[in-house]
Amino acid sequence: MLAALWVMAGLAVVLGAVLGFAAVRFHVEDNPLVEKIDAILPQTQCGQCGFPGCRPYAEAIASGAADINQCPPGGEPGIRKLAELLGKEFKPLNAEHGAPKPKSVALIDERLCIGCTLCAQACPVDAIVGAAKQMHTVIVSECTGCELCLAPCPVDCIHMVPIGEKIGTWKWDPPDYSYGPTA
Amino acid sequence: MKPLFHFHGGIHPPQHKSESAGRGIVPGPLPKRLVLPLHQHIGAPARAIVKPGDRVLKGQMIGQPQGPISAGVHAPTSGTIHAVGLHGLPHPSGLHDLCIELWPDQEDRWIERQPIDYRTEDATRLLDHLRNAGVVGLGGAVFPSAVKLNPGPPGGVPTLIINGAECEPWITCDDALMRERSGEIVEGILIMRHLLDAREILIGIEDNKPEAAAAMRKAAAASPFPMEVVVVPTIYPTGGAKQLTQILTGKEAPSSGRSSDIGVACFNVATAYTVHRAVNHGEPVLSRVVTVTGNVGQARNFDALIGTLVPDLVALAQPRDDTDGFIMGGPLMGHRLPSLDVPVVKAMNCLIATSPALFKPAPRPMPCIRCGRCAAACPANLQPQDLHWFAKAANFGKAQEYALFDCIECGCCSYVCPSHIPLVQYFRHAKGEIWAREREKRAADIARERHTVREDRLAREKKERAERLAQKAAAAATPTARDGAATQSKDDALRAAIERAKAKKAEIVPKNTDNLPPSTLSEIEKIEARRAQLRKAATKSLDESED
Repeated sequence: MLAALWVMAGLAVVLGAVLGFAAVRFHVEDNPLVEKIDAILPQTQCGQCGFPGCRPYAEAIASGAADINQCPPGGEPGIRKLAELLGKEFKPLNAEHGAPKPKSVALIDERLCIGCTLCAQACPVDAIVGAAKQMHTVIVSECTGCELCLAPCPVDCIHMVPIGEKIGTWKWDPPDYSYGPTA
Repeated sequence: MKPLFHFHGGIHPPQHKSESAGRGIVPGPLPKRLVLPLHQHIGAPARAIVKPGDRVLKGQMIGQPQGPISAGVHAPTSGTIHAVGLHGLPHPSGLHDLCIELWPDQEDRWIERQPIDYRTEDATRLLDHLRNAGVVGLGGAVFPSAVKLNPGPPGGVPTLIINGAECEPWITCDDALMRERSGEIVEGILIMRHLLDAREILIGIEDNKPEAAAAMRKAAAASPFPMEVVVVPTIYPTGGAKQLTQILTGKEAPSSGRSSDIGVACFNVATAYTVHRAVNHGEPVLSRVVTVTGNVGQARNFDALIGTLVPDLVALAQPRDDTDGFIMGGPLMGHRLPSLDVPVVKAMNCLIATSPALFKPAPRPMPCIRCGRCAAACPANLQPQDLHWFAKAANFGKAQEYALFDCIECGCCSYVCPSHIPLVQYFRHAKGEIWAREREKRAADIARERHTVREDRLAREKKERAERLAQKAAAAATPTARDGAATQSKDDALRAAIERAKAKKAEIVPKNTDNLPPSTLSEIEKIEARRAQLRKAATKSLDESED
């Protein structure tokens, strides 16, 4: 009886030590789930979800502080991917956070720009070039279309331009596949 | 006699070659308007180097190649540049792209042609010459030939295959070219062989073109380097580069690889012809043979200038009254033209006039019955019935696992499907979706990186500012004996700095005015004059008020 108790206690001590060692040795600094969620988010850094960027939102989702349906640029496909990753039920986009829009980029009307640098400071991906009292312009290829530069502009010289379809990025529509007898 | 091999699958659709074959190559029209797209090839579009109003000569470069994979665009005849702007292209999307519009002067005056001797010329210069001459694969892929002819590692490419199979129904442009210009094709093949250092040349021609094969044999016999004309059985899609390679050599290109991976380079006969014209005659690609057939009275092969608008060309073939549209390319791999106001481009080998009687509308699809006929017909050895499920369910990752990108879009699966399922259309859609997602993912990765770098920079700046402030505070806390003197010298320094800034400001001259048109320059001058006046007025009023 006593021997059995000793064995159990000894086992508990040994296994506890092993677990304790493993916790220190294989410690993971970041939550890997956050990385996975962040990889799904569209990285517009627009803040429409209510968090200051995609990564904070990913962290909030991972900790359960935010729902998966708060990202309008990600849209429905994004929510589906998040639901699949987290094993949650799909739910439609929360309208409070805005509606999905066609992808656009910011365009600065260079005749009106006064060179105040406020938009360059607001841009989350440094896609606006310009210096104080110099005309500013947007690097189109880097612009995520987050619209964060619109509000700070004191002369309202920035507007969003939808990216039209080009031959290089055009894709075939799925074919019509309605079953039935010969039309 | 060379032993032949087989590729998997294939189909035997009705040929419809006799409508246009054997009637010779007829010169195309010299229309009043030519529209020349700057992006007629795979790779980066050419850059327009002419502007409206410029007079150009036949063969003059008007679009300069840019980037590693590109090809030049040339004026097909002499005339005046009317516009550089957007125009519809013969593309299934019906979207517009940058084109140069040329109004011919009907004089057809050549620029000075500069042929080069490929035997003595440096390979790099020769490849550059081909790139500038706009030589691209005329079999349909329009890949710049200079890139493919660059052998890379020493030893070159052992086998050069010349593709004269022309397997798709209705099309006879390569047939016509081989019958009439076999000698010139062989000249071009010799140049290609020289560049690739190939040891073996095989010319594959389907057995439904005996006249073309005979003409090519005759021309090949006169060639200084041995080349073999191999007649291959007529099976669609023998004309696919990978399929023809397999028939002639028994070698199969690896999955998601190219023919060049197994030491084979494959070129279309028309490409060989344009290589010869570019090198031995100094003539860039200005025209191509286009088959106009289908629901027309006079099906013919036309040597049409690039940029000829489709209505100008098809009028010569006399389309019948019930024609309801045109297909560019063949009936299996081609696509319907969304609009007729589009130009002939280097990729256009055939125009088929359609009518409801000739091309009956496809029956409505029925569910897949898993008969496996598509898998039996697939020349790429894929399982189209599985790919179809994945593509339909938008499960594109799985489709990629099942080697979707080995699909050559030949359309055999759609052709044999007893349920009339538009299989190849699904695969095209799936490929487009995958490419789009990949582009989005790349953009997101870049945005993430830029955002992280920015966050780091902001944090660093904040830290540095805090440190500076702390330093200043520390310095202020230890007053020195020479405080008064320091203030004095500080004031002097400040004044001097202001003076320096003023002097510098007076010197500043805008540097970005070099390339402005005279109208803008005069406008700037006017504004500067007004500013000077204002400045004067301002100082004057100040002086007066001081008085």
